[in-house]
Amino acid sequence: MSDGKTVATEKSFYEEGTTKSPKGIKSWIFSTDHKRIGILYLCSIATFFVVGAILGILMRLELIAPGRTIMDAQTYNQTFTLHGVIMIFLFIVPGLPAIFGNFFLPIHIGAKDVAFPRLNLLSWWIYITGAFLALLAITMPGGPVDTGWTFYIPYSVRSTTNVSWAIFAAFVLGFSSILTGINFITTVHRMRAPGMTYFKMPLFVWSTYATAWIQVIATPIIAITILLLIIERFFGVGIFDPALGGDPILYQHLFWIYSHPAVYIMILPAMGVVSEIIPTFSRRTIFGYKAIAYSSLAIAFVGYLVWAHHMFTSGISDTARIIFSLLTFIVALPSGVKIFNWVATMYKGSIDPKPPFLWVMAFIFLFSIGGLTGLVLGSLATDIHLHDTYFVVAHFHYVMFGGTGTIFIAALFYWWPKMFGRMYNIKLANYTVVLYFIAFNTLYFPKFIMGYMGMPRRYYDYLSEFTTLQFISTIGSWLMAVAIFLIIWNLVRSLKTGRIAHANPWGGVTLEWQIASPPPLENFHEVPVITHEPYDFSQLKEMDYESK
Amino acid sequence: MSHENEKHENHSTGYGLYIIVWLALLGLTSITVTIAGIDLGSYTLFVALTIAAIKSYLVISIFMHIKYEDPIFKVFILISVLTLAVIFLLTYFDIIYR
Repeated sequence: MSDGKTVATEKSFYEEGTTKSPKGIKSWIFSTDHKRIGILYLCSIATFFVVGAILGILMRLELIAPGRTIMDAQTYNQTFTLHGVIMIFLFIVPGLPAIFGNFFLPIHIGAKDVAFPRLNLLSWWIYITGAFLALLAITMPGGPVDTGWTFYIPYSVRSTTNVSWAIFAAFVLGFSSILTGINFITTVHRMRAPGMTYFKMPLFVWSTYATAWIQVIATPIIAITILLLIIERFFGVGIFDPALGGDPILYQHLFWIYSHPAVYIMILPAMGVVSEIIPTFSRRTIFGYKAIAYSSLAIAFVGYLVWAHHMFTSGISDTARIIFSLLTFIVALPSGVKIFNWVATMYKGSIDPKPPFLWVMAFIFLFSIGGLTGLVLGSLATDIHLHDTYFVVAHFHYVMFGGTGTIFIAALFYWWPKMFGRMYNIKLANYTVVLYFIAFNTLYFPKFIMGYMGMPRRYYDYLSEFTTLQFISTIGSWLMAVAIFLIIWNLVRSLKTGRIAHANPWGGVTLEWQIASPPPLENFHEVPVITHEPYDFSQLKEMDYESK
Repeated sequence: MSHENEKHENHSTGYGLYIIVWLALLGLTSITVTIAGIDLGSYTLFVALTIAAIKSYLVISIFMHIKYEDPIFKVFILISVLTLAVIFLLTYFDIIYR
């Protein structure tokens, strides 16, 4: 393995906290240390991910054969809604910014903490409150929501399930997102170390910064939409429901004006992580630093302008359809810029295929499929055929899970030694990537074919010609369950039995690799002065890094 | 950071301006309510939004003190307003041609 310069004498943030006692539950849930808050988020978000994944596996089990298998139709509707709500609002939207953004953004720019540490803690508490409300929506009389995670009108006005509670939970969660966004924007503007100019910031910071802007500008729109829906449900005011004189397409506009940029809240930080991992394991500076930084901003901006591509078959005007289809194609450009720059970074690099790098390779493959099938859906003619079929389900799982989900795991494997000071089993992690990749494609690729053949999404039952592909997909879900179990087992086990990690196990050069693993409470003993470009690997010599 | 903030906090506008703005907001609200009873045809929405925009400007620049802040905050607000304007424009492409 490799070795880095270690500072073994100092106390880590685990031994020193911001509360009176550095140990015990209170030292965590009332800590204003950005690293502890990041780990609080990690524990909560990982828990919800496992719940969401179990629901997904149960859905796949129901679909293993036509007709009823393990649940009735109403339970199935509630299961897929809950799966969507948990995965979107509790896992993938907060996932990367709240965990890794919190932990690494201040370190990356040479700061002691975020700009507003107490606001940061409040964000976590609001997140937990929102999650608690979502839990209430499941357990209260009326039963879990059955509308699908999009809460489309008019059904969501008329459904007798706990729609109001569930959307109120989403409303509360939105505030957590907004506060985190404000915190990150301010941190990037005001807390950078001397010499850390905008174009010396690591690309993870750039993408988290772009994400923060979307969080701040887009999230209020869903908040207002949710309030309007609650007003409609409680007071019968005709806003969206046509029976009351409302416009159901207006709801779809407002919902997607937030929810499409939200897709970029999910994927942009993931792209930032990729831009960190590839240079580290290629031992080469990133190709096209500025192009990647600007493309993050471009994605954040153009991402606002494409929302109605979710609504091509809803009855919007032809003019709008053509404009939104064109804009959708434009958003593919900055995404393409990133993919080509990553690949160019690897070209003639000294590739070190460690687990984080292998996860990124899986990401590039899966995300490219997800992105390109997005263009199929962005074309008006093909979308008419494929809208609301399994093709869409496959597409967004390739983007969300294959993209953000895979990078969530990559980020865990990349930064785990830094966060916890322990190294996991590398060999097992390598095998897991292969298993995950096979499982992923077995689970989701058949859905592209089924969608093309006409299998509608969210249906409880299906025609016999889909049986084989549905069966293969369910087998994939079992393989995926094994892969996820192995990831969690490998990481959790390393906390006890993993060998002590060095300050710089991978040979990275961004600031987090220049401090101890795990970092001390205020990250740096003295404020760092930045003189190098972010991915200047000539620094490794200065850092006394030796690789074997 | 704190020094710069103090500089802005020290800026005093007096109560007079706040009362004038408050009266202006009340006046604009009553105009909105009055106009709601008059049929302006296709201009209804335009007039309502214009009045709302003027009210927002007054609140943001005077009550929220943005008028006296650094240019960076004005840029931030401008980006948000532009985003909103583009969202409105794109939505109209559906509403007008539907």
